[in-house]
Amino acid sequence: MSSTATFRIWRGDANGGQFRDYQARIDEGMVVLDAVHQIQAEQAPDMAVRWNCKAGKCGSCSSEINGMPKLMCMTRLSDLPLDQPITVEPMHTFPLIKDLVTDVSWNFRAKKKLKPFNPRRPDAPDGSWRMAQRDIERIQEFRKCIECFLCQDVCHVLREHHLEDQFIGPRLFVFTAALEMHPLDTENRLPNLRKLDGIGYCNITKCCTKVCPEEIHITDNAIIPLKERVVDQFFDPITRIINAVTGGDKR
Amino acid sequence: MVQYDTHEHDVLVIGAGGAGLRAAIEASAHGAKVGLICKSLLGKAHTVMAEGGVAAAMANVDERDNWRVHFADTMRGGQYVNNWRMAELHAKEAPDRVRELEAWGAVFDRTRDGRILQRNFGGHRYPRLAHVGDRTGLEMIRTLQDRGIHQGIDVFMEFTVIGLIKDGARVSGAFGYDRERGLFHLFRAKAVVIATGGIGRAYKITSNSWEYTGDGDAMAYDVGADLMDMEFVQFHPTGMVWPLSVAGILVTEAVRGEGGILVNKEGRRFMFDDIPENYRAQTADNEEEGWRYTQGDKNARRPPELLTRDHVARCIVREIKAGRGSPHGGVFLDIAWIKKKIPNAEQHIKEKLPSMYHQFLKLADVDITKVPMEVGPTTHYMMGGIRVDGDTQMSSVPGLFAAGEAAAGLHGANRLGGNSLSDLLVFGKRAGEYAAKFAKENGPVAIDQAQVEALAQRALAPLENTSSNGESPYQIQKELQTHMQDLVGIVRREEEMQRALEVIAQLKERAKNTRVEGNRMYNAGWHTAIDLHNLLTVSEAITRAALVRKESRGAHFREDYPNKDTSLGGFNVILRKTAEGMRVSMEPLREMPAELKQIIEEQQK
Repeated sequence: MSSTATFRIWRGDANGGQFRDYQARIDEGMVVLDAVHQIQAEQAPDMAVRWNCKAGKCGSCSSEINGMPKLMCMTRLSDLPLDQPITVEPMHTFPLIKDLVTDVSWNFRAKKKLKPFNPRRPDAPDGSWRMAQRDIERIQEFRKCIECFLCQDVCHVLREHHLEDQFIGPRLFVFTAALEMHPLDTENRLPNLRKLDGIGYCNITKCCTKVCPEEIHITDNAIIPLKERVVDQFFDPITRIINAVTGGDKR
Repeated sequence: MVQYDTHEHDVLVIGAGGAGLRAAIEASAHGAKVGLICKSLLGKAHTVMAEGGVAAAMANVDERDNWRVHFADTMRGGQYVNNWRMAELHAKEAPDRVRELEAWGAVFDRTRDGRILQRNFGGHRYPRLAHVGDRTGLEMIRTLQDRGIHQGIDVFMEFTVIGLIKDGARVSGAFGYDRERGLFHLFRAKAVVIATGGIGRAYKITSNSWEYTGDGDAMAYDVGADLMDMEFVQFHPTGMVWPLSVAGILVTEAVRGEGGILVNKEGRRFMFDDIPENYRAQTADNEEEGWRYTQGDKNARRPPELLTRDHVARCIVREIKAGRGSPHGGVFLDIAWIKKKIPNAEQHIKEKLPSMYHQFLKLADVDITKVPMEVGPTTHYMMGGIRVDGDTQMSSVPGLFAAGEAAAGLHGANRLGGNSLSDLLVFGKRAGEYAAKFAKENGPVAIDQAQVEALAQRALAPLENTSSNGESPYQIQKELQTHMQDLVGIVRREEEMQRALEVIAQLKERAKNTRVEGNRMYNAGWHTAIDLHNLLTVSEAITRAALVRKESRGAHFREDYPNKDTSLGGFNVILRKTAEGMRVSMEPLREMPAELKQIIEEQQK
């Protein structure tokens, strides 16, 4: 049953590096992360790779496999052309630490700047609320996000233009959408979305949606509705008049 | 002299899963300056993997539920060696801890009248698990993480603690390294909370990731804290068995909660063949009644698939050993069969078990809405750990606290599903609160340089080893895992465990001669070598505790002592470090107050 395949893995750090070829034994059902682990245990013990759950639930093992942003733990070898070397490299958008590991800390810093959840007063004396299942389903989709940051990796605003100072990226638009559309939340994030978070930079090419391992409809369900809300609040002439008179409204 | 950076905190929390995050939030809310160390990135700890739900007697679905029933269920599941005070506090406080999460933004599935929905789970008398599909842990850790980042906590991502430092009898901090550069860091703190989770990597087949090497248990033991109940390792009955590369990955109990059944290769629903006496009155005696229970019929009793995890795991092992297993060495777990019972079954399964559907389709080419899964037991959870005071979560070392999986007591001999997520909320909060209080009431601490040097030398040894016959840390880890799996696994015997002790002693010697290549930057081989000390410590503790408990109770099953010994039911096994090595003793449980005894009596019916 067992055969071998070549894995062309990026080895190096911030000072530079190169691809190196390794042979790995291939068994039924293996994923890319298994091959990387095998190589690490037997041939390259100091190779750096992030991983945790090995089941697509934690979003640690993000990388680019044959040029595509993917989770190593969810990429089956049987779906790859094993007659050619399989390239495995770190995410391009983030600064390289070593080998397959990048510095994704910007995502955490950027999130910390966003306005947190701010609920209305509880509906019941025991401090609980009443919400209908149908009213939370759309944000439950956003809350599936495992923070693998593959959407950030593929987004050209970050990948090509590095506008990290002016643009929070798809992951954090999904995060913001989950807060903005939370039935209990009372905060207004639209001015920030427009000015600080740079939602205008997104030109809805949907690359983020394509790479999302959780299959969240990032562009259609999160970013576009947020863009519409920003437009409604700031650019719709009638809303502007109403806002000017009433002092503004959340939606 | 070794070089390092120094960080000062009132409370240092080691571990950033649910328990650590909850402790850090609470300590911070009490005015403490808090440091939080996570071995991985924030939000990746094992809490994220928890699927089924968080147990809390909110009585949203069945009004008969209350803390008394939850308390009695937890004690029964734990075979009465639990710390009853923890079981009491846990049952009483879990509902508030869950509602608090909602106030922090968590979005649980809802009942028809808009409250938090609760589902059935093994060993819980009534539907009790608040959940979000089958990704409850993700919802919880993200909620805690997003709350925590606005609390002024210093978060140290991808840092690992090598060991604790003491000032006299009291803990005074921790010494560790950052993964990225491999540089050393000293964390001076007036109080330390250990929330490092479990020990799953001591075994070959496990649902745990690389992080779970028993770090907290071992570092607490090393500075003199008692470990307790280490013989009680939970083997979750349903892990994936095929493909080999995913063997051990968890298949949530919620599959059975939603009506999934266990079947052997002859098509027999074997769980009906062996129903323990103390659960007989609560268990359905026919398939139809079991099905009605999963569909919310309050007059029906639960199907035997929802008996406690220890029992279900042993029944599965029995079927496999008797040659009635599935092709890849497991048994069948079938949820697809419900299409005979309800319309739109496919859609229903995808909604209720979305991540299981996804996991099997992607990793095993199995569509669980159409065909059965193959499953078998996987090392999942350590019921034992650091012995703590039930109210404060302080260990036997002043200023050293523990919460969540790293602490012992709540679960006794077997944990009920859903009780770990509530455990980490209830006792994470308590540990954080009392650690902050301890830091406030006790003065500054000094650092003993000699202890720091000793930890640094231990950590650096594998890098400095130039011996040509230096050992690979990966190889030692692998051999340990294989032996623990074979010799101290689900079914245990005296001779095998004696053999395991010999192997552990040999591996300890070999571990001193590990050699790693490369430098200190993000070097996985080096990290594996450092963690070996902890893995070997907890493996020895598990084995020694399992040897002295000469009976079968909960998750601890001995082929040579297959029955429960009531005389041992009043004791916990305690492990303590002495100059001669690991000392094992049996210590009696504290006497349970009359009102709690009465609750247990009443709930027997």
